[in-house]
Amino acid sequence: MTQVSMTVNGKAVSGDVEGRTLLVDFLRGGLHLTGTHVGCDTSQCGACVVHVNGIAVKSCTMFASEAAGAEVRTIEGMANKDGSLSVIQAAFQEHHGLQCGFCTPGMVMSAAALLKENPKPTEHEVRAYLEGNICRCTGYHNIVKAIMAASGQDVAAIAAE
Amino acid sequence: MYAFEIERPSTIGDAASALGHDGAQALGGGQTLIPTLKQRLAAPEKLISLTAIPEMQGVCIGDAGEVCIGGATTHATVARETAKSYPALSGLASHIGDPAVRNRGTIGGSLANNDPSACYPAAALGSGATIVTNTRKIAADDYFQGMFTTALEPGEIITEVRFPVPQKANYQKFVQPASRFALVGVFVAKYADGVRVAVTGASEDGVFRWDAAEAALSRDFSAAAIEGLTASATNLISDLHGTPAYRAHLIKVLTKRAVMAAA
Repeated sequence: MTQVSMTVNGKAVSGDVEGRTLLVDFLRGGLHLTGTHVGCDTSQCGACVVHVNGIAVKSCTMFASEAAGAEVRTIEGMANKDGSLSVIQAAFQEHHGLQCGFCTPGMVMSAAALLKENPKPTEHEVRAYLEGNICRCTGYHNIVKAIMAASGQDVAAIAAE
Repeated sequence: MYAFEIERPSTIGDAASALGHDGAQALGGGQTLIPTLKQRLAAPEKLISLTAIPEMQGVCIGDAGEVCIGGATTHATVARETAKSYPALSGLASHIGDPAVRNRGTIGGSLANNDPSACYPAAALGSGATIVTNTRKIAADDYFQGMFTTALEPGEIITEVRFPVPQKANYQKFVQPASRFALVGVFVAKYADGVRVAVTGASEDGVFRWDAAEAALSRDFSAAAIEGLTASATNLISDLHGTPAYRAHLIKVLTKRAVMAAA
């Protein structure tokens, strides 16, 4: 076991990890931040997406010790400082961008990464960016709509009702 | 996963000495190795991470105008930073896996693994790239030696990959949508001294050059020039996604598309 330290959602944290401890297991098991989900554990589904130094990664496919010293952001760090929902989260709620909700943490984190690098994406760009995020309820239309709305675009004509 | 330790050296020299120990294994972005470890298909005693070495990061232009990419540079960085200097390479990098995978996976990791369906081997072989390691320089034509097999010695590290920039090039990938790897991918590059055509995803021997198409396209760089050719189905991959004959058909279709799209 070695000790690893990083910043998670603005808070300095540390804990003992094995070499094989995945970042997602450190977040969930070590820090009890269970908002980040493990869907497939094979880096296909994207339910485990978090930001490491501002970049979206699959936390099931990165070791905790590789995040030593990094700034990590999870779904628990996405709300506004006063606890209200962020623009993206509010848009998911408004446009019913979730059904069972299991994929939602990863969808929100990927959406935030997309809008940071491309503030006004087209519907096609949103769908392309979500290639690594799978929703097994197949609720993609409203997820895409929510992300388009969060980018400040008119979504009346977007996707199927 | 079996238990192992992880080291994160900050220089190529330290990484090379760490990899000199028995049971040590290099770790790039981990997008292939970590899933492999989860399935207990590998049991290293120690992983040597190559992602904390500043001299193996980033893209620059070499003295001869070639695009030089640090071995630990992620696909996302390559996509972004070669968009002007080598658009076909940028396009290839921007369609590997998905965005989160591209933020971790590295060019050196992909080339060292030499998956028969990976994209980067097609770019390296199709560009006649030079694979630079901590001990030597290897021409792409000598580097790829079959499925998951390369000229790398145990413990040897890809520190940089140098791509001569072609006059025109394009990569066409027929995606296997579940894995996001290439069912077949073709990289076409036109240089002053001839055309190179590299095919990935198709052969039991990994990435290879389609010699007949290269000769035809070197004479006449047009889709019509290869109309009369047939890619051989001998030794092509057969799996539930496609027969050898289907893959052979795709090779020709994608080569023509790449020629038409090359800019």
